[in-house]
Amino acid sequence: MKIDREALLIKGIKQRFGPAILETTVERGEITHVVDKDSIFGVCSYLKNEPDLRMDFLVDVLGVDHYPERPRFEVVYHIRSLKNNLMLRLKTRLDETETIRSVTPIWRAANWAEREAYDMFGIVFDGHPDLRRIYMPEDWDGFPLRKDYPLRGYKDQYNPFGEDKK
Amino acid sequence: MVDNRDINGDEEAVTTKELTLSFGPQHPASHGVLHLVLDLQGEKVLRADPDIGYLHRGTEKLAENLLYPQFVPYTDRLDYMCAMSNNLGYVLAVEKLLGIEVPERAKYLRVIAAELSRLAGHLVCIGAWGVDLGAMTVLLYAFREREMILDLFEMLCGGRMTLTYMRIGGVRWDATDLFKEKCAELCRVMPGRIDEYERLLTGNRIWIKRNKNVGVISAEDAIDLGLSGPNLRGSGVSWDLRRDEPYLVYDRLDFEIPVGQVGDCFDRYLVRIEEMRQSVRIIEQCLRDMPDGPFVVDMPEIVPPPKQDVYKNMEALIHHFKYVSHSFKVPKGEVYHAIEAPKGELGYYIVSDGSERPFRLKIRVPSFVNLQSTDHMSRGEYLADVVAVISSLDPVFGECDK
Repeated sequence: MKIDREALLIKGIKQRFGPAILETTVERGEITHVVDKDSIFGVCSYLKNEPDLRMDFLVDVLGVDHYPERPRFEVVYHIRSLKNNLMLRLKTRLDETETIRSVTPIWRAANWAEREAYDMFGIVFDGHPDLRRIYMPEDWDGFPLRKDYPLRGYKDQYNPFGEDKK
Repeated sequence: MVDNRDINGDEEAVTTKELTLSFGPQHPASHGVLHLVLDLQGEKVLRADPDIGYLHRGTEKLAENLLYPQFVPYTDRLDYMCAMSNNLGYVLAVEKLLGIEVPERAKYLRVIAAELSRLAGHLVCIGAWGVDLGAMTVLLYAFREREMILDLFEMLCGGRMTLTYMRIGGVRWDATDLFKEKCAELCRVMPGRIDEYERLLTGNRIWIKRNKNVGVISAEDAIDLGLSGPNLRGSGVSWDLRRDEPYLVYDRLDFEIPVGQVGDCFDRYLVRIEEMRQSVRIIEQCLRDMPDGPFVVDMPEIVPPPKQDVYKNMEALIHHFKYVSHSFKVPKGEVYHAIEAPKGELGYYIVSDGSERPFRLKIRVPSFVNLQSTDHMSRGEYLADVVAVISSLDPVFGECDK
């Protein structure tokens, strides 16, 4: 029996998680679910373990800053199934003071991706085994990809062209 | 797992002290600016922690402050070994956002350029890998052919390393007859040259000793760690975006996807060698099938006028000025487009707020994700094998550090 996996990805997830799926869009052939922050781990582990889906390949985890809107951050997950050739995007929103559960226990690939999101936006992932900065020096002040971080950085002894700190 | 027993299976009498060693960032075998912190027990690696970011230039932050066409040259500087692929990934993502399709000729030209760049990238990988393991000759051989490819790029767009050949809506220049001739010549000589590398390496006892059963990673682990490209296929996973999520004209071309069996460094080497042969086949087919016609879309808001018109024609000059200073607006939305770059899955995720600049641009770079498995691959191996592992992962730090 052939399973319509596309339908399972769109309707199946909506039915199963109900109110935790806040919004679903299909644009340019890309399926996106906006998921409630507290359900993200549950949805991800369902996607990986459901035998008809087997979303075993985490492409990326990344942050988006919508400052000054609130909630400020969006965490985006791109997930593939290599076996079934499927692709899905999950999005979740959280505010500056909130944290989100790490998906590293589900996909080890999330380790560095979440470290990058932490380094660039200051998004804290709960339960991450090794949440350190990855690109910037460990004593760096601020999170460079935030919208309120100046393009030229802050002024200090090494950076005379930077902006003054407010 | 650390094995403290000697060859007879007895516990070693002398216990050595644990040692932390910094490998790089200035080390000839670290492929650029990789700083690897290695915990050693004698010669065995307990833990490898790559410390990256020495070449971090904030490409994504820069992108948010640039017009869409202005960002193309920045992509050249990601994986500078194969700039064409980076250009391609970006322009395809923007075109998907705009909802435009490029003319047939442009598609073929893009495939030829991308495959040439795959050849160039794999040549550097195998050449540098040879040097790292003490086989100097293969680098000189590989760079001889790479020179031919760079000459072709020069014929195509004037650049050799940083090419900016792709443009949103097509390509910058058409291919000349001379280019096609020289390209066909490359396709003729290349298989023989690849045989030469194989004669130098594939049966070479030292090469086999240094690579066979070194840095083994199973298919499950490779998928779990997000490996892609030749590194994933080396572990026996037949996954290639050119076949599984075809873009441009790859679905019309006949090529094979080589896979390894064991998932060791040697398999990753063999996969790359075979991929080069397949790239030659793809280029041959493209040269044969490429139609005549325009090489950019007929959309004046997206494509600037030809340069010679700008000097002679008032309207073309105004058009050029408007294009450079104001660019074009891109519809609101978000898009993820991935291509099979020589290193693996290169994806661009763009969030557009409807203006001329991306609101957020995230590049999913294969080198970064692939490098994550260094720890898994080198645990329990000897220190000298770490060099083989890094070379087999083929990281490029322009891309890894963004």
